[in-house]
Amino acid sequence: MSRALSPWREFVILSEVPGLERLTVALRTQEDVVLLRHRVREHAVSLSFSLLDQTKIVTAASELGRNAVTYGGGGEAVIEAARDGFRIGLVLTVLDHGPGIANLDEAMRAGFSTGTGLGLGLSGTRRLVHEFDLRSTVGQGTVVRIVRWK
Amino acid sequence: MERIPIIKIGKYLLVTVQTDVQDNVALALQEDLGNRIIATRARLVLFDISSLQVVDSFIGRVIADIAGIARLLDAEVVVVGMQPAVAITLVELGLTLNGVRTALNVESAVAMAGIRDPI
Repeated sequence: MSRALSPWREFVILSEVPGLERLTVALRTQEDVVLLRHRVREHAVSLSFSLLDQTKIVTAASELGRNAVTYGGGGEAVIEAARDGFRIGLVLTVLDHGPGIANLDEAMRAGFSTGTGLGLGLSGTRRLVHEFDLRSTVGQGTVVRIVRWK
Repeated sequence: MERIPIIKIGKYLLVTVQTDVQDNVALALQEDLGNRIIATRARLVLFDISSLQVVDSFIGRVIADIAGIARLLDAEVVVVGMQPAVAITLVELGLTLNGVRTALNVESAVAMAGIRDPI
């Protein structure tokens, strides 16, 4: 997979605000995915996300976390709060050092799955967030960064 | 590993998911519920997910599979009490749980079933 990569879109990361510090969650087991859901929920509550916005970002986190554990052989997630102009939002970066995704277009298509899932994980996750950026290198791993603005 | 309890009430089985569950706990429920349907000859399973704050594509698939397994075992699953935010998120995710019966609460699920199959 080779694709010209533009730099990540830049936001102001609000790492100094109490309660919104950058948080890293190791992803090795299914329990870690449960923990990730809880940590993302807490961060979304700290950002005063509505219940619906909380549910969407936590669900998206769950999809990406599971992918990292199931297909990526484990990895880690970084939860951050960000500001972009007047908007604040939650930024979640999930990375793994797994086999990578050989065909990104195929992987992003609803209904495509190499595993036992429904294949809704990536395509569905993209619909739950405002920004979705996926980078993958075969043999090196995958990084997905999502943002949900308030 | 924790297991989700399955409670028999009259002719019904009641499954209440109390907390955020990890994947293998949800998968174990599929097997446990199949066994309990056979053992109790229950025709109706009330699957209460009102405490669930997140249903992602995996848990959504487990719910749909549980309904399908029950149907093959001559029982029906009614999913009870889904949170509105969960419903909106599931539809956006692309999972509409076609063919799965739902009710807003246990009372109306029992009433719905009661017409067809009184206790």
